[in-house]
Amino acid sequence: MRKYLTRKIIIYLITFFIAASLDWAIPRLMPGNPVSLIVSRFAQASSGSAAQASVLTKQMFDYFMQAFQLNIPWWEQYALFWRNLLTGNLGISMYLYPEPVINIILSAVPYDILFLLPSILLSFWVGNRIGAWAARSKKADNILLPTFYILTSVPYFWLGILLVWIFGTLLRVLPMSGAFSYSMTPSFTFAFIFDYLKHWILPFLSLFIVSLGGWAIGMRNMIIYELESNYSRYMGSLGASQRLIRKYSYRNAILPQITGLALQLGTIVAGAITTEIVFSYPGIGYILFEGIMNKDYPLIQGCFLFIIAGVLLANFIIDILYMFIDPRVKIAYTEG
Amino acid sequence: MKLSDRLKKWDVLYFFLTNSKFKIGISILLFFILLSIVGPFFIHYKPYEYAGVQGSPPSLEHPLGTNPFGYDLYSQLIVALDGTWLVGLIGGGVATIIGLLIGFFSGYKGGFLDEVLMMFTNILLVIPTIALLVIIASFLNSRSVVLESLIIGLTGWPWVARAVRAQTLSLKSREFVSLSKISGAGTLKIIAEDIAPNMLSYVFMVFILQFGGSILAIVGLSFIGLGPTNSVSLGGMLQDSVLWNALILGYWWWMIPPGIVITFMVASLYFINMAMDEAFNPRLRST
Repeated sequence: MRKYLTRKIIIYLITFFIAASLDWAIPRLMPGNPVSLIVSRFAQASSGSAAQASVLTKQMFDYFMQAFQLNIPWWEQYALFWRNLLTGNLGISMYLYPEPVINIILSAVPYDILFLLPSILLSFWVGNRIGAWAARSKKADNILLPTFYILTSVPYFWLGILLVWIFGTLLRVLPMSGAFSYSMTPSFTFAFIFDYLKHWILPFLSLFIVSLGGWAIGMRNMIIYELESNYSRYMGSLGASQRLIRKYSYRNAILPQITGLALQLGTIVAGAITTEIVFSYPGIGYILFEGIMNKDYPLIQGCFLFIIAGVLLANFIIDILYMFIDPRVKIAYTEG
Repeated sequence: MKLSDRLKKWDVLYFFLTNSKFKIGISILLFFILLSIVGPFFIHYKPYEYAGVQGSPPSLEHPLGTNPFGYDLYSQLIVALDGTWLVGLIGGGVATIIGLLIGFFSGYKGGFLDEVLMMFTNILLVIPTIALLVIIASFLNSRSVVLESLIIGLTGWPWVARAVRAQTLSLKSREFVSLSKISGAGTLKIIAEDIAPNMLSYVFMVFILQFGGSILAIVGLSFIGLGPTNSVSLGGMLQDSVLWNALILGYWWWMIPPGIVITFMVASLYFINMAMDEAFNPRLRST
């Protein structure tokens, strides 16, 4: 058990190391000097008199030369990058100057957790249940399977647009954007929680409905394979009820689905980023979008690291859960 | 033997022609192909050209209406369609080829090479593709459709590599492969003559999925503002519509058609894939 965990931890540390190194290397590998690129793009975006702009450009150039430390050898730049990263220093945001990037991101994390966790877990659970049900009846399957496939083809954010259009613009029953009304301040009162939920339901639904399709397809196919397997046939010949056989095949089929959950997290995160943009929902995805729109490179790089770290952490939690759900893992590692 | 092979081929073909999912999928796909061939003949404006009254709903003059800048949305959609096909072909193609090569060698050679390649694949699999795409695209000054599809292909292959490796593993222990080995055939020859032909249908299915996946990737990327800088894209149209308040203004003709095109384009690919899956794994057939 300890061997399994140490192995997993080492792999995730290597992954994070590679991802963070990419975060450091990509701006430096791009053609041209990243600092001049940033400054030139920022100069295009900002308006003002020419003299003002040139002073501003000079100041920015100096600041970014400092931030990127391009004037020292690359290995020192790299070492410095890791020292800053490990002390939680992700740089200063340009768009929300002089706010440190880490503070901006940390203020968004709670919204992300409350938005992502319920939608991922519920869609996984409901999707698996519906998928297992589709595998049971041929009649339902003929309608459900194509529906699932259409659902997985919908871009997450477009479903969000559709939902806002229907419930916000046409029916006017739900708010169109934000995490809570401007007149509210976050507190543990009934009024605030109700207001929060009203803003939360549409982003939740867009993520929930789209990812549900994928889980259902996977479970449907797995159940069909499991029902054909030898143990199911044996149980059938022993006279076990269909209900019992299905129960066992569901338990076996859920295992690859859980592995799939770990692997799908990246796609779900991508969906969440775009969905947050539609709803101006103040999570990391929306912050990343603002960073991209305002050419705030420290913010973009910080969001990248946070998304990676979050996905790796989630993967690790799933690995631990998997160990308890599938006893074979434990046995394989205690015997070997 | 030859006759039965031939019969088997016809059986699969027959299955396709009678399979309703295949028929629906291929019809939708052909419709979109036709649209991007015939559509340009009805374009009267450039994508970014003032074409008529701003924000007018669909009419005979403007089949998909205009946006608040007076751009003709039909022209934008048809032009964006070309880019979408290109991304699917290049992105899906590159991902499939790289994944095939790595999966083949990893599965067939085994041992240390396999360990290293699979560790690399698994690491890339865990890193969210969107994050990688964002960090690369945001530091590129100008982004062409071809360049973006290449990047999407270069980040999309780990799925293919894993699937192909699993297939190769199951194929390489079959008798006919052992026979080739005994008769002294080299690795490349065995891969090309024994393993690849048996995986052809599977590889084609993987390509279809990657094609759809690349389309969804570019749509997402364009939507967050990192799409091609030199042309219209479906995701870019949707981003414009959200940024310029199409939702509040109720300009449904701006935000609904691009989404429908994406959804049904990708869904048609999935339908074809589903039909192929059923053709080659009869257990999955539902009718």
